[in-house]
Amino acid sequence: MGRSGGIMRWKRMSAFRFLVPSGSPTGIKRLLSTDGLIPRICIVGSGPAGFYTAQHLLKHHRLAQVDVYEKLPVPFGLVRFGVAPDHPEVKNVINTFTQTARSDRCSYYGNVTVGKDITVKELQKAYHAVILSYGAEDNRTLGIPGEDLAGVYTARAFVGWYNGLPENRDLKPDLSSETAVVLGHGNVALDVARILLSPLEILRKTDITEDSLAILARSKVKRVCLVGRRGPLQVAFTIKELREMINLPNARPFLDPTDFKGLGDVVKDAPRPRRRLTELMAKTALGEPGEEVAGRWASASREWSLKFLRSPLEVLPATDGKRARGIRMAVTRLQGSGEMAKAVPTGEVEDLLCGLILSSIGYRSLPIDPALPFDSKQGIIPNNLGRVLGAPGLYCSGWVKRGAVGVILTTMNDSFDTAQFVLEDLQSGALDVSKAKEGSELVRSILQSRGIHPVSFSDWEKIDAAEVARGKLAGKPREKIVDPQEMLELISH
Amino acid sequence: MLPQGFSGIARPLLSRAAGQRAAWALGGFFGRAVGSPAPASPHPGRGFRGTPRLQDAPGDTGSADRVTINFINRDGEKFSATAKEGESLLEVVVNQNLSIDGFGACEGALACSTCHLIFDDRAFQQLDPVTPEELDMLDLAYGLTDTSRLGCQVRVKKWMDGLTAQVPVEVSDIRKELEVEKQSKQ
Repeated sequence: MGRSGGIMRWKRMSAFRFLVPSGSPTGIKRLLSTDGLIPRICIVGSGPAGFYTAQHLLKHHRLAQVDVYEKLPVPFGLVRFGVAPDHPEVKNVINTFTQTARSDRCSYYGNVTVGKDITVKELQKAYHAVILSYGAEDNRTLGIPGEDLAGVYTARAFVGWYNGLPENRDLKPDLSSETAVVLGHGNVALDVARILLSPLEILRKTDITEDSLAILARSKVKRVCLVGRRGPLQVAFTIKELREMINLPNARPFLDPTDFKGLGDVVKDAPRPRRRLTELMAKTALGEPGEEVAGRWASASREWSLKFLRSPLEVLPATDGKRARGIRMAVTRLQGSGEMAKAVPTGEVEDLLCGLILSSIGYRSLPIDPALPFDSKQGIIPNNLGRVLGAPGLYCSGWVKRGAVGVILTTMNDSFDTAQFVLEDLQSGALDVSKAKEGSELVRSILQSRGIHPVSFSDWEKIDAAEVARGKLAGKPREKIVDPQEMLELISH
Repeated sequence: MLPQGFSGIARPLLSRAAGQRAAWALGGFFGRAVGSPAPASPHPGRGFRGTPRLQDAPGDTGSADRVTINFINRDGEKFSATAKEGESLLEVVVNQNLSIDGFGACEGALACSTCHLIFDDRAFQQLDPVTPEELDMLDLAYGLTDTSRLGCQVRVKKWMDGLTAQVPVEVSDIRKELEVEKQSKQ
């Protein structure tokens, strides 16, 4: 999209219009108004996908107006509700998103649930293009007996809980078991383990919710075992997060040396990231820690371990039949190697006693509107390069487009890609903006007739200021408000 | 091999640095083929690693601590920026308002890899050694090459006058992989 792209097209179009007789007043109005050539674009979801897509569109198109809709009153999605409280630097992206939201051609509408308060079809009437960026609000299930016993939680709910996600605020996880098992070897699994084992003095200074601090203060959890189906070469977590666990105060790592025998040779020629990650695990398992580290580990009161080649078969019930008392796992072996290796049961079985099980095996998107095609097997909106299949004018970006994998960087690149294709479609005419669309004017009147009051960005800034003020009293960056009602009352809606 | 044609060539040859740039750009004219290793810096040996000299002191607003850094954006667009010694390349991009999409998301906290830059072999060898913490994040960057670094960890030094940093093409779909292959062969 050239710098003069938008203006040039307008000049060309108006010349053409002079040649076409249009006697009606509306025809003349259209002739004179530039509204018909302003692309009005709607983005559903205000997390990284939503904001990065908006950012790219606004930067590379001089006229486009972008409206971002969000079901919660507050924006930013997983940056606010997924990134761990002790990782505040990762949340710095909020600054760039805030700049985007405050820019002239961007508007934020919180407290609007697309699919319930307004339909995708209605959005399509109001906008030239609708981009679905609503992420993955569900999780993959284990599909094993005992999954619903007390003491079994999804990592998604646990993370939502300690990050103040309204729907998880009443989780009240039972942390009375000394042993916790986390199923999964990704960064979310490490986050959950780290929050369970971090010294409270560290957590107290973060934006973790007050309720979480109170419950963690009473926690009896002493050891966390992270269990994965495959081997060390297939771990999905990354080195910075692993290093953090190894350096965690008052926590001793247990990595079984037999898991790492001979791996040095295998990773010698692997790409550097995989090699360094494996070497760090192997060093922790096999190496002799220096005096200072050895001393720290000897006096640690908590511990964590990595268990490989175990696949959950059943959550074992306690005698009352209501609570979990352990987990039965199939011992597996690897078939194939590298990323594509598969875990195959050997026939052997192993039990691990524990009263707390956290399943961290991946997030999943949900269908939110019947007008949107949805692939429930993959958990995504079927699309080609972000263009929703069979639905011109509909696009998608982020986890709902490619599956729930990847960090903010991945989503950023992906969102820029989708935005680029929207821009190409505007350029080529595949997206026809010659007819004006009413955009948020139409949507707001529909919402008003339904008694829905959108939250504006400056409303969010009031909530933000209140959270920061409350946090200050407790020595925290913010004290998150976890009740949407309270948020709305604060801005007097 | 880096593209030529920076505005440095048009400038009068006031400094040895500019002279060297021009020589490089003009190819074999000065007896050195394009792409072959040029001397490390305008100063003999590794002078830039020596003890700081008075004229390098912060607060000195003379042209002595102004360094020109060139960037090649993802779409091939080239721009030059004037940097101060000691600034990180991320700060240069931000302070000069350079138009690089998504650059520096975590604002220099070593919590992302969006300030990923690719250098030519010669410049790369002279950069301060990479730390494990930088490698940890660099390892997650798209289009990682042997001469990649994170811009937030590279501090501007006088010898970098005329340095060129390439913004990598981010690979997130198959069509761009060819770009990246081309890039990593440079």
